[in-house]
Order: sequence, then structure tokens, then C-alpha cells
Amino acid sequence: MLRFIVRRLLTLIPVLLGVSLIVFFLVRLIPGTALEMYMGTQVEATPEMMEELEKLFGEDKPVPVLYLEWMQDILKGDFGYSLRTGRPVLPDILSRLPLSLELTLFSLILALLIGIPLGIASSLRQNTFGDFLMRILGLLGLSLPQFWLAALMVMAFSGFNGWIPMGNYVGFLEAPLRNIKMLFFPSLAIGIGFAAVVMRYTRTSMLEVFQMDYIRTAKAKGLKRKSVIYTHALKNGILPVITVTGFNAGYLLSGAIVIEEVFALPGMGRLSLYAIYQRDYPIIQAVVMIVATIFVLVNLVTDIVYALADPRIRLSD
Amino acid sequence: MNTMTRLVKNRIALAGLIIISLYVVIIVVSFFWLPFDPMEMNPELMLQKPSLSSGHIFGTDEFGRDILSRVMKGSAVSLMISILATLLGATFGILMGIWAGFLGGRWDNVIMRIADILFSFPSLLLAIFIMAILGENNANIIIAIGIVYIPQFARISRGAIIALKSNEFVRAARSNGAGSSYILFNHLLPNSIAPIIVQISLSLSVAILLESALSFLGLGIQPPEPSWGNMLSSARKVMMLAPWTAIYPGLAIVTLVLGFNLLGDGLRDILDPRLRNVR
Repeated sequence: MLRFIVRRLLTLIPVLLGVSLIVFFLVRLIPGTALEMYMGTQVEATPEMMEELEKLFGEDKPVPVLYLEWMQDILKGDFGYSLRTGRPVLPDILSRLPLSLELTLFSLILALLIGIPLGIASSLRQNTFGDFLMRILGLLGLSLPQFWLAALMVMAFSGFNGWIPMGNYVGFLEAPLRNIKMLFFPSLAIGIGFAAVVMRYTRTSMLEVFQMDYIRTAKAKGLKRKSVIYTHALKNGILPVITVTGFNAGYLLSGAIVIEEVFALPGMGRLSLYAIYQRDYPIIQAVVMIVATIFVLVNLVTDIVYALADPRIRLSD
Repeated sequence: MNTMTRLVKNRIALAGLIIISLYVVIIVVSFFWLPFDPMEMNPELMLQKPSLSSGHIFGTDEFGRDILSRVMKGSAVSLMISILATLLGATFGILMGIWAGFLGGRWDNVIMRIADILFSFPSLLLAIFIMAILGENNANIIIAIGIVYIPQFARISRGAIIALKSNEFVRAARSNGAGSSYILFNHLLPNSIAPIIVQISLSLSVAILLESALSFLGLGIQPPEPSWGNMLSSARKVMMLAPWTAIYPGLAIVTLVLGFNLLGDGLRDILDPRLRNVR
């Protein structure tokens, strides 16, 4: 198991290097340098001042050197400075990250709570009308744009006093109840599409498990239907759901970017949207780098959890 | 039964096909006739409720423009972007995937590591990032969504080729003197087309969602050109007063996306031989 984890950790290095290369060089594709964008048109600078500024912005060196320096800085936790406010980028992002992560986690929990029971129910009624109906509902769930769902929720429920609390965001530790109230509808808007995915995976996987010999054996030795389903089938049927959950965590996190805007929640998504509108590239670079890293790490953890749950994976590798 | 007959017999695929055909009809009609000019502003007709008597069946928006006409005009843009983006992603992704799967070894490693790196970005975030860099215009939306799709198509087509290439018929073709390209494009690709077709159908649906999300954030199709996403974006300011400004463009997105999802899901039933025997 340890060997599996170490090997899997080693594959992270080239992937994260590649991600950093893409993030760094794509931003370099933008016409104009960060310095020119910072200066705009209003400031007249003497050549000496320009030289000074170029050094400050690190534009006095060839691009590969700049990349290496950027990498060094990132590893030290220095993601540069905002072009608009001049403040360091990382603290601003870190102060908004918890909200986005909480939103992601809540939507994940909601999706699993909705998706797994429906998937099991559907698999137990294979090829009945109820199964068919749930299949259609699942496809409908996949077709709903998150931001439209969010807008509908705002329209439908903000009339009810306190259903969607507006005003300042409060952290979970400060006021858990208010925090959950604030994030319930946003999480639902993000999670419903994923609930449909979970439902479909659970159903297919349960149906596959039902075909297995050991289920037949369990039935043959006279176990109750309930115990066959919940103790024998469910354990293995749920496995693929772990993978699909890990793989979709990034999708939920980027969904948070859009949904925060609709519900006016001050998370990382809103910060990055304003950064995009204002062409504040250091922030954009940092957000993309951080989210991609989180995504890759979540996938790693997913793989490890899966290997822990299913010995066949780590033995075959 | 051939694929076409099975397609019509599968109720889910058929429902999807019908929805998509309806949209195609709407788009063709929209080229020649629209109820109102979708761009014309009428301050005195601002935020009219949907009503049959005024002719504004879906109501009007905050500039007094007819929402039905804008939804109709927007459907052409959405579908075109979705098709072209899928085509772009599929072409590059399939080429990468089949060569990686066919050649194996070092090439396979290099190509699939590139796909892994692209996979490390959540798709919406990658699309937003690319749009932020390229700037907002319709060609760039196609490029952004197309790039998001490349690794997905690469992975699927590679898997299909690897599953096939150790088959007898490949060796038979080779012993008959067929070259690598010939085997790849005439034997392997046609036999691995089923999962690719399913992926294309699902990609078309996701592309519409991605494009509308980009336009909703102001990074996609720019007003005044109507798109479902940017209509929803401008509806946000007035939707509490005039819910119809937000409801109809959203319904348009949901139905077309549902159409592609139904088709894709039905096609999976039809084309996946393993599922065919189960049923």
C-alpha cells in the first residue's frame, strides 16, 4: 500500500509542472506586459523609473528565467501582487477560499444524499416505470444550468423572509446555523447536476453487482433480501461512486465560481471574476494554479481511498 | 436490426432526436422570419408581461425587445458554437488518442501525459481561463470549449483502439501488407466509433452549458447579440420584477441540452453491445 501511495505521489510532480507551465505561458500570450497594463495610459515615466519598474515587475529577464523565478516564488508561497490593489495575491485568495471550499463540500454532501438513495431505489426497480422516470429525471438534472437554477431559487425563495439570508457572510464556526442557511440553496444549485451523476453511477454499479456470483450465493443460502442488498451488494456497488465523486470535486469547485456571483457570496469565485473583468492576471494565475492543484490532490486522495477500499487495485499495480 | 431502426425504436433516443429536430426547424425559421426584430429597442414596451394579444408571447426585456425573437435568434448561435467546438475537440482529441493507442510506448506516454495535464483543470475553469486570455469573441469560445474537450476525446478513442488492436483482423490486415495508417483509419477507427459517437452527443450538450455559463459571466457572446447565457445575465437585474426574462432563455437551454443528453443516453444503449445483450 505504501508503495502504491509513493508511486502515485511521484506522478503528481510532472502533472503539476505541466499545469504550472500552461498557467505561466498562457498568460504570457496576452498582448502587452503586466507592466504596460499596470501603467495604463495615464502615467508618464522617465526611462530610469521605467527601468526600476521593469525590475520590480521582473520583466528585465528572458521568459524561461522568469518562469523558474515564478516557480521558486510559488513554492515559497509568494504568488505576486495584484495589478489593481498592489496587495499580495495569496492572502486575498486564502481569506476567500474557505467559503468556496465549504460550498463545494456542502454541494458534494447534498449530491451524495440525494443521488445514492435514488440510484439504489432505481436499481431495485430495474426496467419498471419508476426506473424509467428516474432515468429521465436524472437526464433532466444533467441538463440544468447551475446558474439558472440559482436564479430560479432566488426568484422563488427570496420572498420568504430568511430563506435565503442576504447580508454579510458568516463563517461556520461563528454561527453554524446562519452559515448553513446561507449556503443551503447555493449548494443545492451546484449539487443537483452532480446528484444526477451520482444516481446514474450508483444504479449502473448496483446492477452490475447484482449479477455477481457471490450475490447469488448469498441469496441461495437464504439471506433476507434486505441483508443481501445492504450488507453484500451496497459495499461493492458504492465503490465507483468514490471515483466519480473525486473526479467531480473540481467541477463542483468551479461551479462555485459562477454560483457565488448569483448569491453575492464573497468567495474565491467572485474574487477571480473581478480579477478577470479587470484583467488582473496575477490573481487569475494564482486562482487557476491553486484550483488545479486542489483538483489534482483530490484525485490523488480519491485513488488512495479507492485502493484502500478495493484490494484488487493495489495488488494488480 | 441496423442502427437507424434501433434508434427509432429506442424511446429515449427518439425523444432526443425529436427535440433536436424541433430546434433545427426553429433555427431555419429564424433565418427567414422572426416575430419581432430581436435587436430593436422599444422603451415604451419595457418589461411587458407575456401575452398573446400583444404578440410578445414570452414578454419583453428591460429594453422592450421581444424575448421570443431573441431566444430564437440565440438558438442558432448556441447550436453553432456547440457543434464547432465539439468538432474541434473531437478532431484533435481523436487524432491524438488513436495515434497514442496505436503506437504505444513512448508516444503513448507523451500524448497521454499532455492529456493528463489538461485534465487537471476543471473544465469550466479552463474555459474561463482561456477566455480571459484570448478575449471575448465567438471564435475564441469555440477554441476554449474545444481545448477542454481534447483530452476527453483522446482518452476515449485511445481506450477503444487499445481494446481493438490485438484482434486477429489487425494481424490479418498486416499480413496482407496493409500499412499502419491504412489499418488505423480503415480497420480500427470504424470499429471504435461507437463510444466516440456517444461522447460527441454528450459533448454537444455540455458545450451548450459551457457556452451559456461563459456568456452568463460576460465572457462569452457579447450583447447586443442575443445568446441564452447573456440574456440570463441581463435578466438578473430585473428578474424579481419580471421573472419571464429569466425563465424562457433558461428553458431554451434546458430543453436543447436535454435533447442531446437523451440522444446520447439512448445511443449508449444502442451502440454498446454489452448493454444490448442485457436488455
